[in-house]
Amino acid sequence: MLRAYVIVFLLFLYAPILLLPVFAFNSGTVIAFPLDGFTLHWFAELAVTKALHEAVVNSLIIAAVTAVISTALGVAAARAGVRYRFPGKAAALGLIMVPLVLPEIIVAVSLLVVVVQIMGWDLSMGTIIAAHVLICTPFATAILNASFQNLDPSLEEAAVDLGESRSSTFRLITLPLIMPGIIAALLISFTISLDEFIIAFFLSGSEPTLPVYIWSMLRFPRLIPVVMALGTILVVLSVLLLTLAEISRRRGLRRAGVKDKGGFL
Amino acid sequence: MIDQIETGARVNQEAKRGWVLVSVPLFYTILLMAAPLTAIFVFSFWSQDFLTLDTTMTLKNYREAFSEPLYAELLSRSIGIAGAVTLVTVVLAFPVAYFVSFHVAPERKSLWLFLITIPFWTSYLLRIFLWKVILGFNGVLNTSLQGIGFIEEPLTFILYNANAVVITLAHAFAPFAILPIFVALEKIDRSLLEAARDLGENAVMTFVRVTLPLAMPGVVAATLIVFIPTVGDYVTPRLVGGPNGLMIANMIQTQFLRLNNAPMGAALAVIAMTTVTVMALLLLAATRKWMRGGGR
Repeated sequence: MLRAYVIVFLLFLYAPILLLPVFAFNSGTVIAFPLDGFTLHWFAELAVTKALHEAVVNSLIIAAVTAVISTALGVAAARAGVRYRFPGKAAALGLIMVPLVLPEIIVAVSLLVVVVQIMGWDLSMGTIIAAHVLICTPFATAILNASFQNLDPSLEEAAVDLGESRSSTFRLITLPLIMPGIIAALLISFTISLDEFIIAFFLSGSEPTLPVYIWSMLRFPRLIPVVMALGTILVVLSVLLLTLAEISRRRGLRRAGVKDKGGFL
Repeated sequence: MIDQIETGARVNQEAKRGWVLVSVPLFYTILLMAAPLTAIFVFSFWSQDFLTLDTTMTLKNYREAFSEPLYAELLSRSIGIAGAVTLVTVVLAFPVAYFVSFHVAPERKSLWLFLITIPFWTSYLLRIFLWKVILGFNGVLNTSLQGIGFIEEPLTFILYNANAVVITLAHAFAPFAILPIFVALEKIDRSLLEAARDLGENAVMTFVRVTLPLAMPGVVAATLIVFIPTVGDYVTPRLVGGPNGLMIANMIQTQFLRLNNAPMGAALAVIAMTTVTVMALLLLAATRKWMRGGGR
């Protein structure tokens, strides 16, 4: 009984993304059943839409920069949290994790007020990156926490005893051991930034990101099949990225010799 | 004696290194989150007339927010919808978390969690849009139900209203609810369950009196992690909510980007955030007896 329920639940979870390719390859222009016939036309249209390509490039740049910065911040937070004891630690780490539960619209409007109304700056890709780093850092920290916790401190101590400096120990011993966690954090942050809509919607100036561009397409019924084709590609890509992240996370666990307890979070 | 001094010095140095490390991400969070939140709070006491910003402190926005029935209705609707979403999501998620924790072989658990989280990471906008396709008048659900002769007329109560918003958000936040409950279930010492059975409790009572109370920290975490962001959701009400399913975030967006009345939008954001924080704290206070010793 329980197993049957779980299978139905998984179907419910996957229903929308399983429907994407169905309509992406359907030649009818209306997104409804019954289906018409098979076509690759919508994918071909993607290849010649220039505005889309610009949005993709913007999104890739934003996601890549976001991933690097938030992973670096995550390394610092997780390392401090796992390795050191200091007064105010719980409060400091707690504050860093808050963006995880803060509604995105609040992040978006508060940054909009600061950037536009108070500072009088123009919105740009930089403002989106700054906000994306804020929301991705907690995820990166959570993943890297696990990596640092699995790290055997006696390995670092041995390196120091054998004459390595603190920085060379970190570079030669610590970094390689947590590398899988770093890769997982990079990939997750990249995926979150690539998919984020609300903040980008409020903070993008003249350079729309991919989700903002998709949002503008959704208003035109004529463009919906093209959006379905684009969505299919995006789903395949993010599943690929997530699988890489998961493989990397598991490799990290094996390297640390710890039993897998599952999950990113 | 010397040993003690040396240990003391090492602890001090440890603390310093810890602070130096944590200060970078902490400074970032303060600069990009705490400072803007303070700014929006101050901003909500200003006023704006078309393009001129008046920085005299006034309660005008709050007076308007509390006297205009539309705002109160949007806020109470947002909380109502978020409450319904949280209830549906947590109730639907619990059996799934229970299944993975108790009925899946340990070496396959992470695969299951991976399967559950994948849809969550993929194209948020399009997932919501596809619910419109599924729930619509000529949608997937109606045509299939008509196809098998289950209904004659298409169901209309499932799109462009609050129901549609609840279904769509429950779908979007499912993994957020499953993961914390799963973690709490994993921490339960299985010998406690055996003990309960040995002492004569049946399976149902063991679940009610042992498993459920021990899983409460996970349920509370799931409740908060679903409730807080859903109150502020913007896209779902906009795409599937229709005129009667709009929520407070849609009004905040309208004030900021359409009406050019950012201070009013700021006031609404502050009110929404305060309400959510108070509700979250009340929930934590009410469930304290289950949370004690729940951490580990």
